[in-house]
Amino acid sequence: MIEIRNLQKNFGEKQVLKNVNLTIEDGKVTCILGGSGCGKSTLIKCMIRLEDATSGQILVDGKDITQIKSEIKMAAIRRHFGYLFQEGALFDSMTVGENVSFGLKYLTDVPPGDYAKVIREKLALVGLKEEVANLNPSELSGGMKKRVSLARVLAINPKVILYDEPTTGLDPIMSDIISDLVLDLKAKLGVTSVVITHDMHSAFKIADKIAFLYEGKILLYGTPEEFRHTDNPYVKQFVTGSSQGPIQMKLMRE
Amino acid sequence: MFTSIGKYMMNLFRQVGGSAQMVRSSIFWLFHSRFEFHQAVEQSVTIGVESFGVTALTSLFTGMVLALQAGNTIGNIFGDPIFVGTIVAFSLIRELGPVLTGVVISGRAGAAVTAQIGTMAVTEQIDALYTLGTNPIRYLVIPRMFGFILTVPILTLFSNLFGVIGGYLVAVYALGVPGEVYFTDITTFMGVGDFMHGFIKSFIFAFMIGTVCCYKGISTRGGAEGVGKSTTGAVVTTIVLILVLDYFLTAILTAFGI
Ligand SMILES: Nc1ncnc2c1ncn2[C@@H]1O[C@H](COP(=O)(O)OP(=O)(O)OP(=O)(O)O)[C@@H](O)[C@H]1O
Ligand SMILES: [Mg+2]
Repeated sequence: MIEIRNLQKNFGEKQVLKNVNLTIEDGKVTCILGGSGCGKSTLIKCMIRLEDATSGQILVDGKDITQIKSEIKMAAIRRHFGYLFQEGALFDSMTVGENVSFGLKYLTDVPPGDYAKVIREKLALVGLKEEVANLNPSELSGGMKKRVSLARVLAINPKVILYDEPTTGLDPIMSDIISDLVLDLKAKLGVTSVVITHDMHSAFKIADKIAFLYEGKILLYGTPEEFRHTDNPYVKQFVTGSSQGPIQMKLMRE
Repeated sequence: MFTSIGKYMMNLFRQVGGSAQMVRSSIFWLFHSRFEFHQAVEQSVTIGVESFGVTALTSLFTGMVLALQAGNTIGNIFGDPIFVGTIVAFSLIRELGPVLTGVVISGRAGAAVTAQIGTMAVTEQIDALYTLGTNPIRYLVIPRMFGFILTVPILTLFSNLFGVIGGYLVAVYALGVPGEVYFTDITTFMGVGDFMHGFIKSFIFAFMIGTVCCYKGISTRGGAEGVGKSTTGAVVTTIVLILVLDYFLTAILTAFGI
């Protein structure tokens, strides 16, 4: 379980996260919604200390990771996490195959002889052919990069996966396949997922809980059902994707 | 005016502090993780190969011009170009070999290292290293530091060699100094100490180039523009530091009689 308490994160003068309180339940899928630039990526980066929180606590299985000083101890916690980067973050000096197998050496006991098998399996999971393994990241389309990056995360069998917009840039069918994959990982392996998404269809399909981040706070946290029937005008506008509503007005006033 | 000087100084101190911290954590990880042997060899080969040609060429011509200048000046004073070999070898082995090699390596391999690590930093590839069970110090910095520390002294030796050959060519074919005289001029006046002097310098330059270039890479922010800035920044800083350090090293080493 990950409990975020009174999390605040500033970049210089700028307050991005003001006071975030959120609980990520084990073995569940939690979706995070929110406008562009509201701090979703920053929030999940704080969960594994890729960004350091300005103040507040982040308890991973009861242990406050914001207080960990030793890089070795932090690495020991991080090894249970997988992180899908928004832009993929593939190593551009390596082939797709080398990217996918990169974490195996450090985080698993898989012998190097079996890397090819893992690469094949994980690429297949995200709908990519084996031949892709020999390409360089620069030869891939945006959507393919995203999926290779996901294969790289899956290869290390993490207990918790943090997805930064897994379906952005994918066609609707592929998006649905990825949504199914998230559900499959939950059902078969009990993987905990935190999914940042702008894709309402996918969010309603996969989420056990949804959190709506707005102006540095969690404005609403609840089940997909609660989100569908909410009276909150901000959430309602976001979920229906309308340019008319309080959020628009707020933007214009600034 | 004062605030801008203040800002500049703050920035300078922050960078020095950051580099020191990077070195400290490199030493820590050197003892707390498996050494990335494969990476280290690859980096050494890249750095060495990238810079060999330019190093050889610059030192050859430096040796040649030294011989020409020395020969002409001494010829004018004493009527005979004597001690050309001594002058060429002394200047090269004690000063110019390490300095030229350092400068060339900064411009070639150092810039490449900063640009590569910098690009990785702005495209979240460095964050990705953390999430895949390693970290940039282990995976990027230590192998590159190793690469510089191994190759700079070796390339310095080659640089000395090519410089002496260049000097030989000019001395023998342009100034008419007999070949044996050129070499005995070198061997009778040069000692092991002179070699050590240049060798120690090259190690220190290597360490400095590795530190500055890796640090500038890792601390890169702000997209493609940021990568450009940190790369030029790294090259300028290393070249200036080589020249400044060279003076102080010479002073210190000679004080110790080396
Ligand atoms: N390293 C940084 N330095 C300064 N400001 C930053 C940094 N990273 C993010 N920010 C700022 O923090 C805010 C939140 O960024 P973040 O990437 O978390 O947004 P996001 O919710 O993921 O947006 P999107 O949906 O577009 O991906 C943005 O306004 C951004 O300008
Ligand atoms: Mg984001």
